[in-house]
Amino acid sequence: MTTDVILKIAISGVLTGLVYGLMALGLSVIFGVVRVVNFAHGEMMTIAMYLVIVAFNALGLDPFVMLVPISAVLFALGYLMQRAIINPFINRPEHSQFMLLVAVALVIVNALLLIFGPDSQGVTTSYSFDSFDLGGIIIDAGKVYAAIAALIVAVLLFAFFRLTLTGKAIRACADNYNGALVVGLNVKRLYALTFGIGAACVGAAGTMLMIVTDVTPAIGPAYTLLAFVIVITGGLGSMPGAIIGGVLIGLTEALGGFFFTPSAKSMFSFAILVLILLFRPQGIMGRRTA
Amino acid sequence: MILEIENLDLYYGDAQALDRVSLEVEKGELVAIVGANGAGKSSLIRTIAGIERPRGGKIRFKGEDITGKPSYVVCDLGVGQVAEGRQIFPSLSVQENLEMGALLPRARAKMQAELGHVYSLFPRLAERKDQFAGTMSGGEQQMLAIGRCLMGQPELIMFDEPSLGLAPALVQELFQTIRKLREGGLTVLLVEQNVAMSLKLADRGYVIENGRIVLSGTGEKLLHDDAVRQAYLGIAH
Repeated sequence: MTTDVILKIAISGVLTGLVYGLMALGLSVIFGVVRVVNFAHGEMMTIAMYLVIVAFNALGLDPFVMLVPISAVLFALGYLMQRAIINPFINRPEHSQFMLLVAVALVIVNALLLIFGPDSQGVTTSYSFDSFDLGGIIIDAGKVYAAIAALIVAVLLFAFFRLTLTGKAIRACADNYNGALVVGLNVKRLYALTFGIGAACVGAAGTMLMIVTDVTPAIGPAYTLLAFVIVITGGLGSMPGAIIGGVLIGLTEALGGFFFTPSAKSMFSFAILVLILLFRPQGIMGRRTA
Repeated sequence: MILEIENLDLYYGDAQALDRVSLEVEKGELVAIVGANGAGKSSLIRTIAGIERPRGGKIRFKGEDITGKPSYVVCDLGVGQVAEGRQIFPSLSVQENLEMGALLPRARAKMQAELGHVYSLFPRLAERKDQFAGTMSGGEQQMLAIGRCLMGQPELIMFDEPSLGLAPALVQELFQTIRKLREGGLTVLLVEQNVAMSLKLADRGYVIENGRIVLSGTGEKLLHDDAVRQAYLGIAH
């Protein structure tokens, strides 16, 4: 019986972790290519989460229906952000990029607070109380759907970077910036595209996360931090690393919350972060750089 | 005239890298720019390519003013570059590297045909097409850099120190390749520290010192110029 409960908790942690992984993938892609750390990452995700609330309350649209439209909106937001405000900062020192993105994060949190108020909001879908019974282990159906959707988005993203010319051009910019200029790639446009793609990941992740959790405007910074923990654990700039890191952190949080108290769950993910930094500073999938 | 440069000034901060540089390249010509390390040769190539922004002067390509235009615009007009240090994409495959050269609007539709052409020119690249470019030898990377540039269908191809870091036998081979490309109808602007070899190959040459053009003339004339012989060829009177 207890093993069943532990298994249930573990599986549910892995499923949530896949969605976390998709969120972190966005951060990793942006950093890996544009070399800008998106300190407004979690806050951008809360925008997507509130879009789910609006679509659900006003139009009765299911989060899965909103997956593509919300990702598209976040893509546009990310693209415009890069073009309009981040690009002028691209050659500035890191601390001024940091200030810029923290400012963006503050604006997002407070704008959401003004519009939606401080209370926690969530959606209750037709399948919110459904579950699968895997030989005695009960798994929430919503979490399974959300995890599958997150995996599909991640696989599509891998395919985009491996198989399309635009995806390869983005990898080329990350590989050798000067080389990209030499062959005549439009680096600014590709950077904006990359920021858009990273934002779309976080949009998809936020949409899926609404199936498993609630949102408040103030939750953004916690997700930004979570994305950092995952990306550093998995290996900065590694796409599979972000997903693996997400699963590991999701699992750790779930088990930590179960064996101790839910409020202590972040403690265990930070403990993993500290261990990784001590013993494998490049992350699980990261490459050691000179 | 395919390339005309008039009074080009380039600064890095307060340091002047190019000082009223003027030069011309005729269609089909092979022009060498020689000079010591730090004379401004690479700066000149990078400014023509649209990577550095000049403070003053004019650059015209096929009559069109390209001064200060971004590199993706300049490349798409037909100005190709084999950059110093090759500048390949190490974690992309050889074939992906070549594809990156053909993303310009002018070249995109001809990508497959040009890929065949480059592979026939450099069979070694065809053998290694799925290998990561970063794992290849220096000579192979130089072939890749040239192949990648050809993928963009350039009319003018600029070589920036192509012989740097290559073994002498490979340097011979490289100069053969440059000669072949030129015979195939390409206009070549060659920047080199290897003064004797490049002046022998070139129709005309310019000598650049401290960002200034100090001498110009046919390759033959420069090779026999006393100042050139003393400064760059180590031959005393």
